[in-house]
Amino acid sequence: MFSRIGAAQKGLYNHAVMWSFFHKLGSPPWLYDIAGSILRWLLPVTIMALLVGAVWGLLFTSPDFRQGNSYRIIYIHVPSAVVALAGYYVMAIAGAVSLIWRMKMADVAMKAAAPIGAALTFIALFTGALWGKPTWGTWWEWDARITSMLILLFLYLGVVALYEAFDNKEAAGRACAILSLVGMVNIPIIYKSVDWWYSLHQPASIKFSGESAIDSSMLYPLLLMIGAFYALFTCCLLMNMRAELVQRESRTAWVRKLVKQDGAH
Amino acid sequence: MLLRRQLSLAIRRPIEIGNPLVFFAIVVAMFPLGIGPASEQLAMIAPGAIWIIALLSSLLTSDSVFRSDFDDGSLEQLLLAPQPLYLSVLAYLCAHWIVTGLLLALVSPVFALMLNLPAAAVGTLVVSLALGTAVLSLVGGIGAALTVGLKRGGMLISLLILPLYIPVLIFGTAAVQAAVSGSPAGPFLALLGAMLSLAIALGPLATAAGLRISIDA
Repeated sequence: MFSRIGAAQKGLYNHAVMWSFFHKLGSPPWLYDIAGSILRWLLPVTIMALLVGAVWGLLFTSPDFRQGNSYRIIYIHVPSAVVALAGYYVMAIAGAVSLIWRMKMADVAMKAAAPIGAALTFIALFTGALWGKPTWGTWWEWDARITSMLILLFLYLGVVALYEAFDNKEAAGRACAILSLVGMVNIPIIYKSVDWWYSLHQPASIKFSGESAIDSSMLYPLLLMIGAFYALFTCCLLMNMRAELVQRESRTAWVRKLVKQDGAH
Repeated sequence: MLLRRQLSLAIRRPIEIGNPLVFFAIVVAMFPLGIGPASEQLAMIAPGAIWIIALLSSLLTSDSVFRSDFDDGSLEQLLLAPQPLYLSVLAYLCAHWIVTGLLLALVSPVFALMLNLPAAAVGTLVVSLALGTAVLSLVGGIGAALTVGLKRGGMLISLLILPLYIPVLIFGTAAVQAAVSGSPAGPFLALLGAMLSLAIALGPLATAAGLRISIDA
């Protein structure tokens, strides 16, 4: 009989070990600390990569034989557009996790991702317009990809606005999660828009399989910049999450302790 | 049964059915006033104009789909009822579509003639509107469910669901324009039908989840 209890306890223990990571994810102080220690090395790396990528791409690559120097905006435009789309996935998946497992921290991540994604989408549209004027001869074109990126911006803004409209923040999180999941329908349309509709915007030049349509001397700094933008997104996300956590938990003991520690320094 | 209740509620308030139609007529009248009565010009913008008006009237009415039942508490009873919420929601939205979208589609030939749309395209216009407004009702239901508990939901709902209306607008107008230029409109109508089946399958699920959140909040 004792052995049976022992076995049951052991099972319980295994179960606990398996789920402890998941449970820790649900603990605000733990997440706050871990996000802080990730930021401590990720932030310098991001800044370095952004600097190196920008200098390399903007100063040390040869000008394009047809577009001259104006093509260099690709080093800002493409990374921000790529990460803006990926950011929507982050937001929607975090929303789904918070809906399914009622995980508060996923809710925090979703809320943190929306403004960053909106900013990146705006940067992509803005730099695209700047590049379009000398190259296409127009600031704006009602082209499938440009229009669908504009819709992406509205989707992000819709999530931000819906969150702000609710007084009850728990309900706000769940409502936003549903909205971001519904908006997911748009993302594959944006990805595929340049292939489905013959439009002014060129199709993707970088391919995972087969020869890329871009010279490697231009490709490497671009890939570095895409990586740097992903890292930048992660940094901003973690910082936003930390700020949100402290704000939400402002009445708890661990935040008070944190404030006291900071005051002592 | 719920569908019959919603429909009979609508019939007892004929002004509610009439309002979208009057709105439609007034906005149609605005176009010749705004851009001049030249008939070729009107014919050129007619497909887009009629579709945008249909979109706006669907948007304006979808705000109130759940509103009165939310205010008097019968929505809460519906959530507790043994019937699957999916079907109840579908009945609400179906009723909404019949009194706004379907009705608009049926009277749209009159407005199409007012805007000089070529007669050959009128049939396509009616079919595309009937299919498309059903999608609009189902998508609008999601926005209505998410904002029903909020005091100032009116402006918000347009920000939430107008981006989702865009694919319907694109293929709806494309169908009518194809018919105007004499090319087959079938593929566009088929795409609208595909969107409708997707919206029927998934829309009420999101709407039901949204209603639960709004009731809890």
